[in-house]
Amino acid sequence: MSNEQNTANDEVVKGTSLGRDAWLRLRKNSIAMISSFFLILIIFLCFVFAWFCENPNTINLTNKFASPSAQHWFGTDQLGRDLFSRILYGGQISLLVGFVATAVSLIIGISYGAASGYAGPKTDAVMMRIVDILYAIPFLVLVIILKVVIANPIDIAAGWTVVNFGWNKELVMRSANILPLFIAIGALGWLTLARITRAQVISIKNQEYIEAAVSLGLSRRRILFRHIIPNTIGPAIVYASLTIPGFILYEAALSYLGMGVEAPNSSWGILIKEGANFLETQPSLLVIPGLVFSLTLFALNFLGDGLRDAFDVRTSKD
Amino acid sequence: MLRYITSRLLQGLLVLFALYTITFFLVKAMPGDAFTGEKNIPEDIKHQMREQSGLNDPLFIQYLNYPKNILLHGDFNYSIKKRRPVADLIAQSFPASLILGLVALVFAIAISIPIGVISAVRKNTWVDYSGMAIAMIGICIPAFVVGPLLQIGIATRIPSLKIAGWDSPVDVLLPAITLGLATAAYLARLTRGGMLEILSQDYIRTAHAKGVPLPRLIIVHTLRGGLIPSVAFIGPAFAALISGSFIVESIFQIPGMGQHFVTAIFDRDEFLIIGLALFYGFLVVVMNLASDLMVGLLNPRVRIAEQS
Repeated sequence: MSNEQNTANDEVVKGTSLGRDAWLRLRKNSIAMISSFFLILIIFLCFVFAWFCENPNTINLTNKFASPSAQHWFGTDQLGRDLFSRILYGGQISLLVGFVATAVSLIIGISYGAASGYAGPKTDAVMMRIVDILYAIPFLVLVIILKVVIANPIDIAAGWTVVNFGWNKELVMRSANILPLFIAIGALGWLTLARITRAQVISIKNQEYIEAAVSLGLSRRRILFRHIIPNTIGPAIVYASLTIPGFILYEAALSYLGMGVEAPNSSWGILIKEGANFLETQPSLLVIPGLVFSLTLFALNFLGDGLRDAFDVRTSKD
Repeated sequence: MLRYITSRLLQGLLVLFALYTITFFLVKAMPGDAFTGEKNIPEDIKHQMREQSGLNDPLFIQYLNYPKNILLHGDFNYSIKKRRPVADLIAQSFPASLILGLVALVFAIAISIPIGVISAVRKNTWVDYSGMAIAMIGICIPAFVVGPLLQIGIATRIPSLKIAGWDSPVDVLLPAITLGLATAAYLARLTRGGMLEILSQDYIRTAHAKGVPLPRLIIVHTLRGGLIPSVAFIGPAFAALISGSFIVESIFQIPGMGQHFVTAIFDRDEFLIIGLALFYGFLVVVMNLASDLMVGLLNPRVRIAEQS
């Protein structure tokens, strides 16, 4: 797989310079550039700077609902926990959901779409009807059910690694708590990606170089994996960048309903939910996490839009 | 035309059956059932209750029983936890969700189509940028932030608006705005894109060159084609607005369908889960069909493709 990706990268950079072209176009898009700087900042704060902050679970009942100060930049919440570090640690989960679920949906969506596009018209029709059916399913409900279903085996597997490999129990259990949600969202969010990949594959498979590969006697699998899929990955990833904010929003919605991540894990959705309860006593508990959340989604959307325009990816329905 | 509608409805039945299959097996794969949590009921009585609900039958029989009851008796079974027919529960909670979804949709259309059209006509000016920035705000600020902010910012200031509840007709306003905002934002972006696509066509340039005034050019020549993507989106979006509003319903305490979705999953109330999922799927199928028929009205080429 790594070999194939190398070839793909070489083609992009040296051959057609498509990537360079897109980069030049993206650089002119000032909103997208500001967004990417903002995202780098947020990612740095959540994953690096957070380690130097106060423990977000330290309860201090003598200092409830504190206003912002030098010690607590965003003040403290109803249990006296530092809001700034809670936002950073919550952001780890929220951002992870976006990236991991997108990775899951990329893998499924690309494989499914490529198979459908490369197969004959009958298989293709059946596979696309299945996608149509899945579109008619209430997404959030199915995510919740799927999450409950896969939580059990993941818990068992997590316990097994602790016993047999001696892995850090707290870390494993915390991961086991959020993993089902990641997988459930990704496993149901690949539909549009499959459609895009399929459209790409269909347009590629009629080109001359594929004809040449066929006449050279290459196997179908080799043609699909070496010559077609590498060329579809670019557009798929660009589109996938637009699904990240959507997935983050889903996680927040689920957490808001009490069906997302659970304590001791936390996420922006949970912070917003808790903040809404104290709206009258301390509005900043809702406003600050809500602002950070919305700005991050803003940046992700603008960057995704910018990438899509730069690479000129079209979302095709058929 | 009739043949087209019939074939689409038959396809819809197939979709609903597949939806049922997926939901059924996923629900069955969830650990525990509706009686697991009932600590006060002795085990043998639980067994009897399971027997009564048909939960002790072989999986495959259970799988066939539910559609059989619907098709033969029009019976959607009953909610195990609430001890009431699923059809009753839906019939009772649906009106609130329907009204909320309808008002939200009207609100969304009323603000998004003008924004989208004006943004497209004034492409790459500050009007366009600010219109699209507003749309992006609608997408990025989730309902569970907008809702509480509206409650504290507006409902507490205007005496006739309540923070939550569902008694008088004005109670629908704030939840509908909260619910419709994201849809409005998507619609505005779609409308702008669709209008831009049409505005770049040759016949528009010709009309412009022949001196057709701008309002007439937009309303008569562009709108019909430019609204196609939005119309295609409105159908499924409406289905989602009606039934996907459990967050808004819980913020504003509206007795709609959303509460059942959530509690049914918590309770492992399997017939209720399946019934609600099927009802939602039915709405999606019907709304999709309605959307496609509307698109056919707007775009003759689609109509011809359907009939051949």
